[in-house]
Amino acid sequence: MSILLSAKSRVVTQGLGGTGKFHLKGCREYGTQMVAAVRPGKGGSEWEGVPIYDTVADAVEKQGVDVSVIYVPPPGAADAIMEAADAGIPLIVCITEGIPAADMVEVKRFLDSSGSRLIGPNCPGIITPGQAKVGIMPGYIHQPGTVGVISRSGTLTYEAVHQLTQLGVGQSTCIGIGGDPIIGTGFVDALALYNEDPGTEAVIMIGEIGGNAEQEAAAWIKENMNKPVAAFIAGKTAPPGKRMGHAGAIISGGKGTAEEKIEALEGAGIKVAPSPAELGVTLVAAMKAA
Amino acid sequence: MNVHEYQAKALLRKYGVPVPRGSKVGSAEEAEAVARELATPVVVVKSQIHAGGRGAGALVADSEEAARVFESHLAREGLPKHDKPGGVRLAKTPEQAGEFAASMLGNLLVTRQTGPSGREVRQVLIEEGCDIARELYLSMLLDRSTGRNLLMASTEGGMEIEKVAEESPEKIFRVSVDPAVGLRDFQARRLAFGLQIPAEKIGDAVKFFKALYHAYVDLDGSLLEINPLVQTGAGDLLALDAKISFDDNALFRHPEVRELRDENEEDPKERRAAEFDLSYIALDGNIGCMVNGAGLAMATMDIIHHHGGEPANFCDVGGGATTEKVAEAFKIILSDRNVQAVFINIFGGIMQCDVLAQGVVEASKQVGVTIPLVVRLEGTNVEQGKKIIAESGLDIITGLDMADGAKKAVEAARAAA
Repeated sequence: MSILLSAKSRVVTQGLGGTGKFHLKGCREYGTQMVAAVRPGKGGSEWEGVPIYDTVADAVEKQGVDVSVIYVPPPGAADAIMEAADAGIPLIVCITEGIPAADMVEVKRFLDSSGSRLIGPNCPGIITPGQAKVGIMPGYIHQPGTVGVISRSGTLTYEAVHQLTQLGVGQSTCIGIGGDPIIGTGFVDALALYNEDPGTEAVIMIGEIGGNAEQEAAAWIKENMNKPVAAFIAGKTAPPGKRMGHAGAIISGGKGTAEEKIEALEGAGIKVAPSPAELGVTLVAAMKAA
Repeated sequence: MNVHEYQAKALLRKYGVPVPRGSKVGSAEEAEAVARELATPVVVVKSQIHAGGRGAGALVADSEEAARVFESHLAREGLPKHDKPGGVRLAKTPEQAGEFAASMLGNLLVTRQTGPSGREVRQVLIEEGCDIARELYLSMLLDRSTGRNLLMASTEGGMEIEKVAEESPEKIFRVSVDPAVGLRDFQARRLAFGLQIPAEKIGDAVKFFKALYHAYVDLDGSLLEINPLVQTGAGDLLALDAKISFDDNALFRHPEVRELRDENEEDPKERRAAEFDLSYIALDGNIGCMVNGAGLAMATMDIIHHHGGEPANFCDVGGGATTEKVAEAFKIILSDRNVQAVFINIFGGIMQCDVLAQGVVEASKQVGVTIPLVVRLEGTNVEQGKKIIAESGLDIITGLDMADGAKKAVEAARAAA
């Protein structure tokens, strides 16, 4: 079992530039049904056997797609998300890094009145190991299993997954929720899905400095979660006032520090890995303790 | 991206936000001339640096003195006050304005926000003095939890808003703006009433707040802070100070804002990194880091610290780094003279390990690395990457995993120190 993505998912790629093409192939090789692409003005043609449509609505109508993955560059990315939502796509995964925050304010408002769920932006995507991958993560490090992985960071997610796989612990579904200040699916949304998923037995959650999403997740877990959760917070050594790569990773006015987050998580009974080399073992310990 | 106060005020003026009259100058003569022209009983002479706490800061002549004053008077709360002139001064005559400007220009201003190194004052703002009846606070920022912009005001002007939030949260008023309709009059009025603006001036306050909102939205601000917002004896509102931070992701559509960048306010290594689209932040330690991905880069700093070392920098070479980009990042890291060992931690997803390895090998040969280099590679094309490093003939220490690499880097730096 898994959440959001399965072998049945039918995926349309928005933004068929170099990056989009490279990862369309990678996802297809993994076994994902990459059944359509959208390139305005190129409708009716195809690329490597994948039919191209002018609009997302066309791709939905002709190919019955239910997932969109977006690689459109920042100036047009918000528009691409809204087009996918307007076409009624239930799951939209936006990989694009560098979308202006003001554009995401509008996207968020637009999505409120749609039935779509957004993952990202500025994220590696989502993978249900052994079934389907939508995004840019290296597929081979994953292994099917029962641990859910949620993370604000890309490569740190790979690190967590790699450690789990090395320990023989497989994953149900892994979601990179993205490193921006405004994202579609947050920790709490994802945790709620894992909590309901019979195929997930435990969850590892990887946060970082900035904002208070981890504190909210800690409070939610304490009240609602009936499965063990382990966590890690990146950025203990980050100085205040500096944006650490991700637009969302900034300690502002003494708020959003790693210490605050770790305290909130531990206060909710969640095991927090003391070092990023101990993500896997901390999760295993949390499962044993449960 | 941040700008100076004088630049922020010029932008706000364009949007109809009332700001004091004044000009930026670069010499004592100009300062005197501007003060004469303003012809107010007092003028304010304000050092222009990208850091807060200027008024309570200290002007010093050299970096040694800056570090000393910082440690004994500014590093934390509760320290005794220093006896140096501050970065903001009231001048009663044009001559005095010139004198004060001369005392600031070319000297270092150290404040609680600049850190021990302080910042050189290269320009000052000369402004008319105002008749201040009340000091208030106003800011506009992105509220991450709602995904909307927030206009926030407080009756406690001149204080840090974080402190007000902690000590007297009831003195802070907030309105959340629906992006579909923008800031509405009733919301602006609510803030104005919260600030106890007199009834006959409510209309002006609404205009002020809406002008500020338009400036913020139009310019893609990420933080706009007016602290203090003052009410003059006549009841008028005026932005006495102004700070604007811009969303870096939106600079592509604001060439006019990009031009306001002051490179003197940036670390030269960070500036060079930005030119190559690398994310680099200088820190105080001695272990250079090169990592792909922001989260892993932060985690790498953390694990170095965890094993008793101190990172010299944050460096994210990004997902699709080319050989040239990696080589450039490597050179920037090595240009920091505090660096005594380098830890390269790569988990290749999009970034391929062979590309990384090629970049490191080329850069090492170009610059002639003399300090220990620890490399940990994992992910896409890891075998090819390891092969390139093994065959390079360079003396590179292999990190088996993240912890092993970090430990070896800490040991190597210790041995070199």
